[in-house]
Amino acid sequence: MIQDVIFYIFAAVLLVSAVMVISARNPVHSVLFLILGFFNAAGLFILLGAEFLAFILAIVYVGAVAVLFLFVVMMLDISFGDLRRGAMKIAPIGLLVGLMLLSQLVMLYMAWDAAPEMRAALELPIDESVTNTEALGAVLYTDYFLAFQISGMILLVAMIGAIVLTLRVRPDVRRQQVADQFARRPEDAMEVKKVTSGTGL
Amino acid sequence: MIDVGMMHFLVLAALIFTIGIFGIFLNRKNVIVILMSIELMLLAVNINFVTFSAYLGDLTGQVFAIFILTVAAAEAAIGLAILVVFFRNRGTIAVEDISELKG
Repeated sequence: MIQDVIFYIFAAVLLVSAVMVISARNPVHSVLFLILGFFNAAGLFILLGAEFLAFILAIVYVGAVAVLFLFVVMMLDISFGDLRRGAMKIAPIGLLVGLMLLSQLVMLYMAWDAAPEMRAALELPIDESVTNTEALGAVLYTDYFLAFQISGMILLVAMIGAIVLTLRVRPDVRRQQVADQFARRPEDAMEVKKVTSGTGL
Repeated sequence: MIDVGMMHFLVLAALIFTIGIFGIFLNRKNVIVILMSIELMLLAVNINFVTFSAYLGDLTGQVFAIFILTVAAAEAAIGLAILVVFFRNRGTIAVEDISELKG
């Protein structure tokens, strides 16, 4: 009973914030509603018993991805009102596609059922005696070691790619070149002249 | 085991996925909101994975949800970096102006 109430609260806020993400006039509001939606999804994950994913969602999505969106939205100086013009022309098609997809998914879920022998064929049965984080950690570094390493490589490539893309070398800015400064010797910089007194150079 | 029906979570995920698709149509000129719509769709997929994981009693779904999160974070970082570079070069982010690669 209490779980039903919690589910409906989180689900309702999540749906409302998802609608606000796509319909808000100001993209900053969109990002803030996205953060609200992620927090409610984290609540749903806790309800489902996936605490680790809930915290990862709060840390990675809210702490990194959404804040990155917020930075970019605030950094770009664009009039977002112009970008919405003409959107209503295509909205009915989008609504049609969305409703068709939704009805198909719901029809699929109505007809779906797990095979009775499936319970015996589970890859990693959830053990209620260990915590969710412990169980995930035990398989992530053993059974899914290769996939875990590859996801780390993907993150590394994304990081290098983002740095290379946004790094700007500006020719009009003179930067300090420490190696050149150290390589400079007195002989390069000055010349000793013998000057006879009273004549000048 | 929780007593909320599995269908509830699945229909919720389907609704969020649909909202994400509709968001791409509604904001088809604004790349930032399109990226946010993609994040919503990935969130819906994650909810589906975790729901099946919890109700069928198999941890694999949660492991794959972690990998989806990783890829989503990488995608957002690269997408926003491309967006910043494009804005720096062209001064706009409207989708129809992004036609440099057209032959």
